[in-house]
Amino acid sequence: MPSSAPPGEPSSEPRLSLHGLQSDLAGPFDFSLPAGACAAVSGASGSGKSLFLRMIADLDPHEGDVRLDGGSRAAMAATDWRRRVPYVAAESGWWRDTVVEHFEPERLGKARGLAERLGVGTAQVDGPVIRLSTGERQRLALIRALVLDSPVLLLDEPTGPLDPVSVGQVEDLLRERLAAGVSVLLVSHDPAQAVRLGAARYVMRDRRLAPAA
Amino acid sequence: MNAIPLSATDLAIAASLVAFDALLSVALRLQLHRQVLWASARMVVQLIAVGYLLRIVFGMHHPAATAAIIVVMAAVAAREIAARPERKFKHGAGLAISAGGVAVATVVTVVLALATAIRPHPWYDARYAISLAGIILGSVLNAGSLALDSLLSGVEREKSAIEAQLGLGVSFAAATAPFLRAAIRRGLLPVINQMSAAGVITLPGIMTGQILAGLDPVEAVKYQILLMFLLAGASGLSALIIAYGAMRRLTDPRQRLRLDRLR
Repeated sequence: MPSSAPPGEPSSEPRLSLHGLQSDLAGPFDFSLPAGACAAVSGASGSGKSLFLRMIADLDPHEGDVRLDGGSRAAMAATDWRRRVPYVAAESGWWRDTVVEHFEPERLGKARGLAERLGVGTAQVDGPVIRLSTGERQRLALIRALVLDSPVLLLDEPTGPLDPVSVGQVEDLLRERLAAGVSVLLVSHDPAQAVRLGAARYVMRDRRLAPAA
Repeated sequence: MNAIPLSATDLAIAASLVAFDALLSVALRLQLHRQVLWASARMVVQLIAVGYLLRIVFGMHHPAATAAIIVVMAAVAAREIAARPERKFKHGAGLAISAGGVAVATVVTVVLALATAIRPHPWYDARYAISLAGIILGSVLNAGSLALDSLLSGVEREKSAIEAQLGLGVSFAAATAPFLRAAIRRGLLPVINQMSAAGVITLPGIMTGQILAGLDPVEAVKYQILLMFLLAGASGLSALIIAYGAMRRLTDPRQRLRLDRLR
């Protein structure tokens, strides 16, 4: 499923690796994530979790080196990079009136299938964005990234506003992707979620990242 | 032309209307009398000063003096455009962008008019160049400030929608295209209104002035039509250049949304 096959020996390079990633606001971060692995970052609000994910997606100015399967991000166009390493914010943004307009036509079929699996009704998918509940928005925003079939997913509190049933559905889907080799880095406040996803746990404290005790 | 000269007494009688406004404000407690009086005093001083200044410059017959006046007027317009949005660019970038838009829009339209339609001798005759630049700068200011304000407030308001797209690998240009279009549209509305209202709802100021000054109405109308076209062109150029310039400043080579460049 991952679209960027590693050019060299697949096992030698981690899927995602960061060196000296820092800005005036957070870091420095050194971190790596193997293919098919999950990492969960927790921490107080304002501790820099979103800044960390945004830096990896190259959405904020910063210094440092990021590599995907050994290939440097600096050598890639920003748009190509973010298609491979998409970032889904905690608060979903919408830019058209109807839900379907947020998907490229050729990916719409896949999006519908995923929406069904995550318990978002057909009426919602075919309706206007303003009629969606917060939880539906959250799931559809996740689906916008999932349909890209990217090798990495950066997810900022993907299950924040969801009920337990929906949380379970999202986690099932993420586990499936992990098993298929996708690497997932997510912000989560729920230690049990990290356990359910088999994630390595990290804590963000004072804008620095440390493995959870 | 046989304009009827106005005496100080004539103006004093008209000024009683301003006094009426001030009295109204006091009577109805509008809290506006100070502003009304201050604004009208300011207007009188500014216009008298500019009248004498123009008399001197017209007498000098020197292109440098003409250019200097136009540059000062354009600089003030650029400053006003940059100052209008609620959130402004840091480090004078807004001023640089609006100065670029003002300069191009004004020079292109004024030179076009002087070189083709009006053709005074010499072509840079202060009487024509300064008057034309003055009128055009008004439209340039309107279009540019509306476009810039619309763009910055739109992008600021919809930043989560823009960043949601950027995060999925959509290009900055594609994610922000609707705001660019809305800004240019917004900048063009005043001149469209002005053109569609001209002669029916309003008698444009230039035309009225020329008629009052004794010019034949049809001749005055021709001038007004020419001016409207110039204003339309200048508005379009100003809105286009300023909106594009601001959008470029809002991003970087990594196609990020750089709202940190605003204060």
